[in-house]
Amino acid sequence: MDTEPLTKLDPAYTTVMRIEGALTVLPFLIAATVLGVVGAFPSPWTWAPMIVPVLIALVFVILVPLKRYMARGYHMSDDRLRVVKGVMFHADTVVPFSRVQHLDVEQGPLERTFGIARLILHTAGTHNSSVTLPGLAHDTAVAMREDIRAHVKRESL
Amino acid sequence: MNAEAGTQLQDARIGEWRRVSTLTLVVNTVRTGGQALIPIGFALYSVSKEGGATGWAALALGLGGIVLFSLMVGGAWLSWYRLRYRIGENDVRLEQGIISRSARSVPYDRIQDVSLEQKLIPRLLGLVEVKFETGAGGKDELKLSYVSESEGERLRDSVREMVDGEKAPVTHSEAQASETRAEPVGETLFAMDTRRLLTFGLFNFSLVVFAVLLGAMQQLEFLLPFDVWDAVGDWFRRDGIEQAGALVSGYGAAAQIAALVYSVAALIVVGMASGIVTTFLRDWEFRLERTPKGFRRRRGLLTKTDVVMPVHRVQALVLKTGIVRRLFGWHGLSFISLAQDAKNANHDVAPFARLDELQPIVDASGFALPHAAVSWHRPSANYRADKVALSAGLCFLAALAFLVARWLLPPEAQGLGIGAVIMSIFGVIFAVQQAFLWRYHRHAVDAQYVYTRRGWLAPRTEVASRIKLQSIEVAQGPLARLRGYCDLKFGLAGGSFAIEGLPLEDAQEIRARVLESIAAVDFAKLPR
Repeated sequence: MDTEPLTKLDPAYTTVMRIEGALTVLPFLIAATVLGVVGAFPSPWTWAPMIVPVLIALVFVILVPLKRYMARGYHMSDDRLRVVKGVMFHADTVVPFSRVQHLDVEQGPLERTFGIARLILHTAGTHNSSVTLPGLAHDTAVAMREDIRAHVKRESL
Repeated sequence: MNAEAGTQLQDARIGEWRRVSTLTLVVNTVRTGGQALIPIGFALYSVSKEGGATGWAALALGLGGIVLFSLMVGGAWLSWYRLRYRIGENDVRLEQGIISRSARSVPYDRIQDVSLEQKLIPRLLGLVEVKFETGAGGKDELKLSYVSESEGERLRDSVREMVDGEKAPVTHSEAQASETRAEPVGETLFAMDTRRLLTFGLFNFSLVVFAVLLGAMQQLEFLLPFDVWDAVGDWFRRDGIEQAGALVSGYGAAAQIAALVYSVAALIVVGMASGIVTTFLRDWEFRLERTPKGFRRRRGLLTKTDVVMPVHRVQALVLKTGIVRRLFGWHGLSFISLAQDAKNANHDVAPFARLDELQPIVDASGFALPHAAVSWHRPSANYRADKVALSAGLCFLAALAFLVARWLLPPEAQGLGIGAVIMSIFGVIFAVQQAFLWRYHRHAVDAQYVYTRRGWLAPRTEVASRIKLQSIEVAQGPLARLRGYCDLKFGLAGGSFAIEGLPLEDAQEIRARVLESIAAVDFAKLPR
């Protein structure tokens, strides 16, 4: 059952992660600029502090979002949802619809701009009490929620 | 809003708003007063130390104390006055707060259980604290403190009837309702008499009391009329050292050994006594009964608890033992349950029993202990190799650091060689330990249950029901991915359940099999 092909997330998710990464870099960029303008380092090294934000930008804006996007995926069959994630620490979680307590579709401001959403499945378990699947197109997320809800309703009747 | 008012009127017939017992005032005042006593004591102490405790200062302090006390009583009364609860048609409601009000409603079909608890002071006053457990995990549970014992019983019975009325078909609930009234006559599954408690206490050997005493002595030293350490020092300086030295050397070897034996014996006696005392306090009159509502456990000497665990709420079993007590054939059984104990996540159902005494409890819970035919599996061999390498590797690295330091530092630096040797020995010990423990680390899956067992001298066995699991995760760190093993983590309500370090293919196979059982039964249709 683990051989089934994983569905990729919406490509816009990478963009969102890149912007989030850029926001992480921002304070470092400001600090480095200030250091450069003030001239905290002697002449040939005046702009040396810029190396830090550049490195961080390389990692958080270019590398990590791409890696994350590649590592993530999901597969929805008729009675369960499988969520795969993790670049370094891999986690492959399966939630049967029959164990879903309730469902959320969430959007942050950035996510709303790019039309993507997070689908959150809540279970009664202490471990994995909520399983989040980020980076779905909003319509897909809503459609999946309706599918799962219909399943939950049918089963508990 | 109007509709709500309408339902409120309708509900009023079921139960009107009530307040908790007036005696709660006494309990709360005593409690906050007790807390305030220490700072007041500090204040008094510091004033008296400064020497100016006469006249105005004393008067101000006295007046302040009176004002503080009346504020406390007034506050307690206000919060009592502003707290009310109601057992409604669909939910339990609680409104509280002096200025900002909070209104909470817990629907019956979310209430897992109602438990009663009596701490020392409420017990003296005949009060109980009623907890409506929702399985929310302890923090946000609805609590009523305190109502009279009879009101507590009434609340519990009526809420239980409501809960069952919501869930069970009508004919069924009538049968159950008649059984409810006969609840006290449950079948006793397990009880501990004084002798058993005494034995249990001996195994609960603990030297914590020493640490507490020492800590308290350090903290409260300044309250003592003399300085302990100075006094000890004085005693030694005055005549102790010479005399004691002369005495001890005069005793000879036999007497020295006797003194050593005496102090060790004293330690053992104190450890055992504290074990017995804590055991008696916690497990006095321990009684587990099988009632129509589930398992009912009562225990406690000063703080009495009375907990009912519905059978269908039991999520997993934990069978554990200790290194010494296992040699005498003693084991402990606890449940992992949706409704949780306040302090530890497990419900002890038989903390100290023989295996054959546990069997009826296990049977009643609908679970099973692993039988002889279960085929156990061990974690991946790569997992063992990595654990060995990691735990030993750190020690060897430290040993290497010592050697490098020895090589770099001037020859005056002492003990570096010994450090390297010691670290290497530790490395070898850890490696052997990890390699050895791996043999006792196992899991099994049969048609209904998932079992895990860990530990060599004090094995701990956990049993989870396949259909009561909520989700399954295969987790791998970077090393695990490289070496082809993983952890299999199960979502279990009220606890954790995982198999560590098993080969990836095994994990995927187990997951596929268990998922078939989970997906086949809906949450709402799990056996109740």
